Amino acid sequence: MRPFDYTRPENLEVASQALTDGATPIAGGTNLIDLMKLQIMTPEHVVDLTRLPGLSDIDGTPDGGMRIGALVSNSVLAGDPTVRRAYPVLARALLAGASGQIRNKATTGGNLLQRTRCPYFYDTAMPCNKREPNSGCSAQGGIARMCAILGTSPECIAAHPSDMAVAMRALDAQVEIRQTSGETRTLPVGDLYLLPGDNPAKEYALEAGEVITAVILPAPVSGARQTYRKVRDRASYAFALVSVAAVVKMDGDTIESAQLAFGGIGAKPWRDTEVEDVLAGEAPSDELFAKAADVLLRDAWTEESNAFKAPLAKRTLISALRDATGLSGETHFDMGDAA
Amino acid sequence: MDVTLSVNGETHKLDIEPRVTLLDALRDRLGLTGSKKGCDHGQCGACTVLVNGRRVNSCLSLAVMHEDDEITTIEGIGMPDDLARLQQDFVECDGYQCGYCTPGQIVSATAAIEEAKLGWPSYVSPSLADMGELTDEEIAERMSGNLCRCSAYPGIRQAIARAAEAEDKA
Repeated sequence: MRPFDYTRPENLEVASQALTDGATPIAGGTNLIDLMKLQIMTPEHVVDLTRLPGLSDIDGTPDGGMRIGALVSNSVLAGDPTVRRAYPVLARALLAGASGQIRNKATTGGNLLQRTRCPYFYDTAMPCNKREPNSGCSAQGGIARMCAILGTSPECIAAHPSDMAVAMRALDAQVEIRQTSGETRTLPVGDLYLLPGDNPAKEYALEAGEVITAVILPAPVSGARQTYRKVRDRASYAFALVSVAAVVKMDGDTIESAQLAFGGIGAKPWRDTEVEDVLAGEAPSDELFAKAADVLLRDAWTEESNAFKAPLAKRTLISALRDATGLSGETHFDMGDAA
Repeated sequence: MDVTLSVNGETHKLDIEPRVTLLDALRDRLGLTGSKKGCDHGQCGACTVLVNGRRVNSCLSLAVMHEDDEITTIEGIGMPDDLARLQQDFVECDGYQCGYCTPGQIVSATAAIEEAKLGWPSYVSPSLADMGELTDEEIAERMSGNLCRCSAYPGIRQAIARAAEAEDKA
């Protein structure tokens, strides 16, 4: 690891100033320290946000939602009784991610800002436009098993690795951001991420000096069924090949609404409301679910080594929807809102 | 820079570079070599220690970030002349072969049993409301951050199940 200066500001104003001046923020550090050891990230100044006051709480909001402080750990969030009852898709997604040790350190804000696990981003001997702009993309024509098939560009096919953010997209979460002026703005979690386009190194819609302070969830969809389905190369402690977060509300025998987000296949935590429109107002069936999957994958762009992800995503979506609509008769899963 | 670390109940004042991991500080500066460096990337769990009672990978943490934290290493859990219950169970259940991953396994399992007592569910828990029994499948899932290249997993799971059951009765 290269040497760096380390500071631990006591308030957000000082932290924000350091970030404006080019410092790199650290919270749980489970991703950043790894990247620093490999010299993929070589910050000269690391600013420790972990002792900032007021960012570690989980509170209810006046409209029945939840505000999750940016420093709340993934394990505390997954274990929170309200999250388990009202937002089970989030609890399941968190528990599907990483290991017990990592979840204890990883924070809500840090999880959102974690970097891709594309193997070529990690291999400093290989070209990577995200790590080294204009050097090329080794994943195309390479081993793209962990790479995305939606939202990619000729410059970059890296996938966003988070499980948590996928559930948050399905739940219509907002990211609360402290601006350098001290004012607060909010952004839908999907808009936090930029698609790679012709500049894969620019990943977030954040200005220098801005700090994520919280994630805000709206009130849970009353009576909706929530499920998180993850497919990966081993049973635990592995990133998703494909994952599906589903929040589905039935009206008798028809689907009233479906909120769906996807991991492992998107350049960012993926959501496509056209898929949801296919389902709304219809009676659940495998044919309908297959039609929705075809809409999801209409613009999929695959490499030889990740072409399997299109049919895998289709089957995973069908399976998740069979559970979430009640078609499978599966009883082993969690309802939101204890309805 | 100066940092004060509280490890196994003892306070240590150190002058270290910010880039020193907690694992390297424990092993190289404090001589606590029970915590092992396996992968040094958070994938194997051999470096697991407790920070304020919660298990973490000490290789993925900077020592300077742990001022005022209570750190517990395997040396603080039990020594050869005074084994913790879980250590005795690892011996009796053949929960290791070469032993390199064992300190991390035991520290991790110590915290995993506590997490289960708090009612924290896991990915394989049928219900999020009530995690139920600490089954073999639950133990395997909760310990997935600790690898054993000798593959002593059956003995490891058995030892953890015994210790958890003993705590339940206590």
